[in-house]
Amino acid sequence: MSARYLPYILILPVTLFLCIFFLYPFVLVAQQAFSTGNGFTLDNFRNVTGHWKFPISLKNTLLLAAAVVPVQVVLALLMATMVSRMKKGRDMVLYIWTIPLGISDLAAGIIWLAIFEQSGFLNSMLSGLGVIDKPANLLTYQNPWIVFVAIALAEIWRATAIMLVILVAGIGLIPREYYEAAEVFGASPWKRFMRITLPLLRPSLSTALVIRVILAFEVFAVVQAIGGTLFPVLMSETFNYQFELLNGGAAAAIALIILAISIGFTVMILRLLRVPKGATI
Amino acid sequence: MTTVATDVAPPDARKAGRYVYGAAVFLLCAWVLVPLYFLLINTLSSPESVNTFPKAFIPEFDLGSLLFFASFAGMLDALKNSILVALLTMVLSIVVGAPAGYALSRFEFRGKELFRMLILLTRAFPLPLLALPLAVMFIRTGLDDTVIGLAMVHTTLAVPFAVLITFSLFSGIPLELEEAAWTLGCTRLTAFTKVVLPLILPGITASAIFAFVISWNEVFAAAVLTIENRTLTAFLLTNLETSPLHLKFAGGFILVVPALIFIFAVRKYLFAMWGIANR
Repeated sequence: MSARYLPYILILPVTLFLCIFFLYPFVLVAQQAFSTGNGFTLDNFRNVTGHWKFPISLKNTLLLAAAVVPVQVVLALLMATMVSRMKKGRDMVLYIWTIPLGISDLAAGIIWLAIFEQSGFLNSMLSGLGVIDKPANLLTYQNPWIVFVAIALAEIWRATAIMLVILVAGIGLIPREYYEAAEVFGASPWKRFMRITLPLLRPSLSTALVIRVILAFEVFAVVQAIGGTLFPVLMSETFNYQFELLNGGAAAAIALIILAISIGFTVMILRLLRVPKGATI
Repeated sequence: MTTVATDVAPPDARKAGRYVYGAAVFLLCAWVLVPLYFLLINTLSSPESVNTFPKAFIPEFDLGSLLFFASFAGMLDALKNSILVALLTMVLSIVVGAPAGYALSRFEFRGKELFRMLILLTRAFPLPLLALPLAVMFIRTGLDDTVIGLAMVHTTLAVPFAVLITFSLFSGIPLELEEAAWTLGCTRLTAFTKVVLPLILPGITASAIFAFVISWNEVFAAAVLTIENRTLTAFLLTNLETSPLHLKFAGGFILVVPALIFIFAVRKYLFAMWGIANR
């Protein structure tokens, strides 16, 4: 076996795999979305976007992302800077903070259901403190805001860890000398954060944001576990079309819409946080 | 907890700052742990007390809920399927991904950048959606509703990580080591198995575990692609509306436990993985 061909042989399995299970399905999903059996058509899209639930689920998905992602960015940045200055107990604290990384969205939804359900821990605490006399049913359609807050909290709880890991890794790559120099010139911790950490963290920040925002548009199991049908999102609509209504074309159409939104946001984030060429660490 | 006492007494403002810092670290730890503790209480309570009000804040160590979970029709099969799919995903993603990681770290070849792009591209897409068209493809090929079919889809989710992680691991091992082995009479293959492999085995294990967790936690594709042979996540999801609370909580608990252990096992590698995967 000649060494010239060896690298190609080594990457062949992954390439084949991704072609069959990543690129090809894209062609298929587009095909499915743009046809109803006889040729090219936009019927599926008209069908889907014309449904009364579509604007609601689109609004819910975007609203949830808008509420959750900024909180997570701030929280993850805060946690990452706190960890970077830590001497004792760093490993322990990092382990605890990254626990949610291994927890599935379904389990996270169930965990927060345990807090917000009628006989759950929030009601128990409130009645223990004497705020309420009997448990209120919080997760109903009369309380859309509580449902929203419960889902948002579960999302923040679950998916901040992924940003934290990326940011901690990114901070680890920033040379110590910059901080030492800044300290010599008397820069306050806040100034050091604003002038050194944030700008040099840009590549990690954009990776973290891209991954997080895409996850936010994929939100599904958390919502199902806490809100059920009370809080329709795009992904649950896809699921409904596929299973309840057995309309594969419509499901594919929504899938393409989610895809388009995700790509749009990815491009936007990469543009906004672009690192100028030659300005790497 | 993390406020370190130093031998030089700091001024008062500094001291106050340290207390705020320590308190913030403590609060953020509690923010992660307390919800998990609530789930633990619910799991270790009898089905009756899970549904009563108000809740006790200490577990009563009753196995009723877990026994109910184990005896629920189809649940143990789902658990078995989940484990099988995750194990297969683990093996597949390493077998398929590691050679590519090695190639990226050791060779300069034409198309390398294109290949890296393809790998990175997979992370910029909501992959579970691909389960929809695959459902049709699988019915045609007879892979629908099988453990192996789902494992292949989960491998697609896990393999980009496997490639990037193994790439960073192999890059950490100097080529000189391999070259020394070649001069001492090893072939490329034996140098790899005798010198490189033992060195990176722990890292490979970590990335395998990561693949396991990705598969174990995946909900959407699992729910779309299985009907009879549900995995645990798919089974719980499709029965959410009808299942009683204690079943949900016990199920959630079973989902969480392996994840806790595995994240603990790979914690050393988590940051190395992402540090490289960033660039």
